[in-house]
Amino acid sequence: MTAPTTAPPVSPPGERPPGIAHRLAERGIDRVLLLLVPGVVFVVVLFAYPVLYGLQLSFQPEEGGGPFANYERFFGDPYLRDTIWITLRLAVPAALFNVLASIPIAYRMRGAFRGKRVLTTILVVPITLGTVLTAQGLISYLGPAGWFNKILIGIGLTDEPVRLVNNYWGVLFSLIITGFPFAFLLTLSYLSGIDPTLEQAAATLGADRRRRFRHITFPLLAPGLAITFCLTFVLAFSVFPSAYLVGLPQGETRVISIVAYESAFRDTDYPLGSAIAMVMALVMLVVVGLVLVWRSTMYRGATGGKG
Amino acid sequence: MSVSTEGGAFAELRLDRVRRAFGEHVALRDLELTIKGGEFVALLGPSGCGKSTALNCLAGLLPLSGGQILMDGRRIDTLPPEKRGFGMVFQNYALFPHMSVRRNVAFGLAMRGVARAERIRRVDEVLRLVQLTEHADKFPAQLSGGQQQRVAIARAIVLEPWLVLMDEPLSNLDASLRLEMRNEIRRLHQSLGLTTVYVTHDQEEALALADRLVVLRDGVVQQVGSPEQVYAHPANRYVAGFMGYRNMIPATVSEVDGDLVAVDVGEVTLRGISRDRITENSAVAAIRPSDVSVADREGENTLRGQVEIVEYHGREQAVQARLPGGVPLHVRTRSRLAPGDSVLFHLPPERLLVFGEHS
Ligand SMILES: Nc1ncnc2c1ncn2[C@@H]1O[C@H](COP(=O)(O)OP(=O)(O)O)[C@@H](O)[C@H]1O
Ligand SMILES: [Mg+2]
Repeated sequence: MTAPTTAPPVSPPGERPPGIAHRLAERGIDRVLLLLVPGVVFVVVLFAYPVLYGLQLSFQPEEGGGPFANYERFFGDPYLRDTIWITLRLAVPAALFNVLASIPIAYRMRGAFRGKRVLTTILVVPITLGTVLTAQGLISYLGPAGWFNKILIGIGLTDEPVRLVNNYWGVLFSLIITGFPFAFLLTLSYLSGIDPTLEQAAATLGADRRRRFRHITFPLLAPGLAITFCLTFVLAFSVFPSAYLVGLPQGETRVISIVAYESAFRDTDYPLGSAIAMVMALVMLVVVGLVLVWRSTMYRGATGGKG
Repeated sequence: MSVSTEGGAFAELRLDRVRRAFGEHVALRDLELTIKGGEFVALLGPSGCGKSTALNCLAGLLPLSGGQILMDGRRIDTLPPEKRGFGMVFQNYALFPHMSVRRNVAFGLAMRGVARAERIRRVDEVLRLVQLTEHADKFPAQLSGGQQQRVAIARAIVLEPWLVLMDEPLSNLDASLRLEMRNEIRRLHQSLGLTTVYVTHDQEEALALADRLVVLRDGVVQQVGSPEQVYAHPANRYVAGFMGYRNMIPATVSEVDGDLVAVDVGEVTLRGISRDRITENSAVAAIRPSDVSVADREGENTLRGQVEIVEYHGREQAVQARLPGGVPLHVRTRSRLAPGDSVLFHLPPERLLVFGEHS
């Protein structure tokens, strides 16, 4: 990506210098840019305004005590502060699992084969389920009276039902079920963007399947995996319904969005709610930023495929 | 530079009824070919005739649907590509975009566990050979097409493989670079003596490079022979068309006398050569544009035609004339002709090949 050369335009003597429109166009500014206006308006109205509004609101605590009182309260109160850790403990493993699990499946599903469409559909359908249906399903499969426990007890592996819902595991399963289709679709598209002849070339050079993956496919896929991780992480970090439905909202799945919600809508302390939302955004930014810094150390150029 | 093949050179590689089908479609039908060690074989044919399929079968990138491949009597078609020890140059080069030129070239050596010092020495040597020493630390995206091509070749030959497979390696280059790289490939083959199978759709390239040509059509071998044999004695009208016999004049066989044939084109009788005994009544008389000359008077093997198009090609003109039956005749001549001229053309009998219409 080289910028257009910026040699000064040579105008023959006696000729008028190029008009302003020309000079702007030389720098890539022309009327086509107007097409961006609706997009910019959209972003400002729907994103920038709420963020800035929430930000200034968070500096106006209900109970006084200086602009940072809400933040001091959040970080001073373990009941609030610990939600960061609780949420990270759910979101990071869920995102990691989704990314890692999607690699081998997408890897197998590159290229054309019979039944690919059906299989893709089956893998992607959970997107349409929504958290409530997923929660219902989880409860009926994994709950104390669910099939899973019935089978475990039936074959005598356990006497007591194993608790897999209404705790940490229930929420984690729910995050995996709803996040996996995104991770899989993204990984598949990144993978099909890698020219398959690269692996063939590596094979003729003596690399077996494992080393082809390690030296060729994985390094080319890694930047895409970083993006995939960020997206599934952000989705998981803002988990809310499943933390209630299949979690323990006052205990081990008291995630950050729950306390933000409770502050703003149960206690009608909007400024505190805003402050928590800001903290939430900041944590996500930090994690995403770290991943992107790591990504910037990788090869990110063309991978030669059709994608 | 003296290089011995890593695993020792082979005496012969035999493709025994090698067959590959994609579903119903047979891309390669019972290919029989024996490649001798050190030989340069070109697979020639138009796009879609099964050249890449043949090469990928040899490399192990495509499993065979039938037949076998034997190296000095040992079956190798069941080995995976990484165990065959063949070098391959891909049409799109397939350079690893995230590795420098040096690491690309060293990749195969690293996979074979060659020690670091030895690796560096051999990479340096082969980079010198393909004149890329000063670009060793660049990435593929920073190189021109010709340089990328040379990296691809260097990466394949640094392993001193049993066999080098090249799939249309020059087709993505512009005309002058193509000529230059062609010489380069020829030079490398002569200095290293690596057995090479070279795929191309360009007959000129194949003739210039190969010791032996294999002409393919729809997955079926049409002719195998030296460049001289294929060029001078194409086996059928298809090969002839590929070898520059642009004029195919429909004719009726009137007399066969061994190799010599007489055919009727409208009112005129032409004498020509037929290598196979012609059994059909309808035939085509094939001749290259440059073998047709302008005659000053009626005589044996002359045809009258109306000049339609004249292209200036420097010393020569490329002329398209139309024969009375409406058949076009392409001629390259130094005579100055103009559109509309009615001209008598001479088709020398020793240059006129007659093929059965369905040969
Ligand atoms: N993976 C494939 N699936 C189905 N058909 C294929 C595949 N690869 C090649 N073919 C078909 O096989 C024939 C030969 O292809 P190919 O060997 O690539 O031709 P060439 O290299 O001579 O241009 C073509 O008709 C092509 O459509
Ligand atoms: Mg091809």
